[in-house]
Amino acid sequence: MFKNLSTVFSLFVAASMTLATCGMASAADAKAIKIATQSPLSGDQSVVGVDIKRGAELALEQLGKPLADMGFKVDLAPFDDQANPDTGVANAKRIVSDPAILAVVGHYNSGVQIPSSEVYHTSGLANVSPANTNPKVTTRGYMEVNRIVGRDDVQGVVGADFAIGLGLKSVFVIHDKTAYGQGIAEFFKKRAEEKGLKVLGFEGTEEKANFDSLLSPILAGNPNLVYFGGMYSQAAVLFKQARERGFTGTFLSDDGFDSSDATKIAGQTLVDGGGSYYSTVSGPASVYAGTAKFIADFKAKFNSDPQPFAAQGYDSMAISLKAIENAAKANGNATPSREAVAKAIRELKDFVGITGTFTFNNIGDPTVGKYFVIKVNSADPAKWSENAVVETLDIAPPQQ
Amino acid sequence: MNRFFRSINIRELLRPLGQLTLFSLASAAALSIIVLVLALILDQTIIGQTLTEKLNVSLYTYTLINLPQVVLDGLTIGFVYAAIALGYTMVYGVLEFINFAHSEIFAVGAFVGVEILIALDQSGILKSASLGMAYVFLIFAILAGMAAAGALAVTVERVAYRPLRGAPRLVPLISAIGVSFLLQDVIRLVEGLTTGDFNRIFPTFGNFDKRITFGQLVLGSTNLNFGVSIKSLIVIISAVLMLVGLNYLVNATRIGKAIRAVAQDRPTASLMGINVNRIISITFLVGGLLGGAAGVLYALKFTRIDAFVGFMPGLKAFAAAVLGGIGNLTGALLGGIVLGMLETFAGSYLGAFTMGAAGSEYKDIFAFCILIFVLIFRPQGLMGENVGQKA
Repeated sequence: MFKNLSTVFSLFVAASMTLATCGMASAADAKAIKIATQSPLSGDQSVVGVDIKRGAELALEQLGKPLADMGFKVDLAPFDDQANPDTGVANAKRIVSDPAILAVVGHYNSGVQIPSSEVYHTSGLANVSPANTNPKVTTRGYMEVNRIVGRDDVQGVVGADFAIGLGLKSVFVIHDKTAYGQGIAEFFKKRAEEKGLKVLGFEGTEEKANFDSLLSPILAGNPNLVYFGGMYSQAAVLFKQARERGFTGTFLSDDGFDSSDATKIAGQTLVDGGGSYYSTVSGPASVYAGTAKFIADFKAKFNSDPQPFAAQGYDSMAISLKAIENAAKANGNATPSREAVAKAIRELKDFVGITGTFTFNNIGDPTVGKYFVIKVNSADPAKWSENAVVETLDIAPPQQ
Repeated sequence: MNRFFRSINIRELLRPLGQLTLFSLASAAALSIIVLVLALILDQTIIGQTLTEKLNVSLYTYTLINLPQVVLDGLTIGFVYAAIALGYTMVYGVLEFINFAHSEIFAVGAFVGVEILIALDQSGILKSASLGMAYVFLIFAILAGMAAAGALAVTVERVAYRPLRGAPRLVPLISAIGVSFLLQDVIRLVEGLTTGDFNRIFPTFGNFDKRITFGQLVLGSTNLNFGVSIKSLIVIISAVLMLVGLNYLVNATRIGKAIRAVAQDRPTASLMGINVNRIISITFLVGGLLGGAAGVLYALKFTRIDAFVGFMPGLKAFAAAVLGGIGNLTGALLGGIVLGMLETFAGSYLGAFTMGAAGSEYKDIFAFCILIFVLIFRPQGLMGENVGQKA
């Protein structure tokens, strides 16, 4: 029995070593370029993470021609960060050790992007983020790190201003204790307090199922609004249980709430009472002027509607491709260095993507960020993309 | 017919009911007194004033008005923990090892129940079902979850534990942890391949989400609805039924006698003509049935499940079993109820008592601190010594 087991085990080891050496060998090809993606491809956030990868894949397919004409063979190297910082960093180490990789499109979670980009920074590898909104993503001032979406310090403010605009007087703020959720909740709280929206409580929780004991203090304060900073998988369960306990006010969350699974979990309870809203840096694909073709192509290729941030995945890849192309031209059509690619991204002026026109400032924020507040309109998950945009704002990133 | 009724041991049916009531009342009373005294002491301090400023009520009133709801919530989760804890304790009683795969057996029960309901929902049967049929479907899902979890528990015992029965005690323990990881990833794999979803959602049907309101309590400027949702009632009632049934099985039937005999002394039981392997399989079966039912009930109450859903409830139920005295059925009941209550009390009041500095996120600290204290001062658990025999 044990003898057999050890044979199987050694076979495994041998097989994985062969695989590893194969991986090394292909990197030696001079004109081969890889662009990595990192997003959660498994786990509870894979709904969005997979579509970030798919968006990038589609962009590579449609926009890879100029590089191919120059004799480059561009491949996608998708990595699964599992929405987990440890996995993200481990992947990042593998990514920087592969010289063929010239850019990373990546990360859905700020909590994963921040430590992973420390690794990219060590080797000057360019990172274009399609979704990370925590201010720290760019405020570290790394030359390599850019994002094409807005920031939490603005998003929290947008949420608080919107709540005040609705005439709400009091709020209970909850977050998920991640860099992203807690960050946005703190900005929300700060703005709310400044503007006279009474904050009855501020709590973090990692609980995923049983919110009974958290709901007691919430309901005791009877707030007009419950704000959740974090992801839909917690927020929707919390909102549902709050409604069942008799909460009649309004729910407000952030772009982590933007997934059709939210209505799968909470259903009608989101629409009842004061209704549910979420602020986001990524409107439904249909609000952007340039996305009609993208949606059609995405549906044709993957046979499903793009989730939020798929279009941003597309744009991040488009920016990476364009920058590599510019850097390669400057380098006499030879493979550019990673530093040159990072520099080329910052030098892009008014790059026209499908979700906007991008110019990056000196820390990698887009010079204008788009912010939306969206209302949940239907309890049917299939109608998530029909949620109404109730507010659209163009706001420049805060100055350092 | 008459003889059948006479053969039922009424005492064994009533005893666990009495115990459950006693434990619930006692732990509710003890914790209520603690929080009320704390509230009285803190009322005049800065803590009370902060609350008064915010909600316009004194800390004491706040605590008192919230109490009924907190007790009810605590009971609901406590019964779920108790039902899972029984699975740990039964196996420990018979084999003296901790079946760490029990949390995944719980998860499998939850998945089977939920998948059946999702399938029924997608075929449109659930939407058109009358109220009575909704309950029939729910019971069917619970039974299916029980069957799957029971079968799995027996299989796991046969494959992963029985070959190791003569080995040192650490060996089956490690095997159990291995099985636990394996089952988690198998669930993830199967779900990934068949549905592509990580989260599975308990469909909305019947009147389970409705809430029975007992009345309104005035708290400062707001009214609190005191009530219980129908699904919480279902959880409590099903858990009580299961606990009574299990108690009857162990204490008043021939199989139960055999289980107790095997728990006391395996070789001697075997000499007395008891098929030890069969009894151990039955023990796992019963533990799995309870775990599976608890899984479906957990999904009903909390809506969303994923492949790792068993971990936290499993850990807490294990703590509950140890708290009550592992190997002791009554102890598992007590431990589950105490732990559920403690957790809910801590979660609900911690925020108010610390001016929001430490909120309900720290509720688990209390549960596990109590566990540590019990283990220091009463290593055998709360009920460990009172009963001479295990199981």
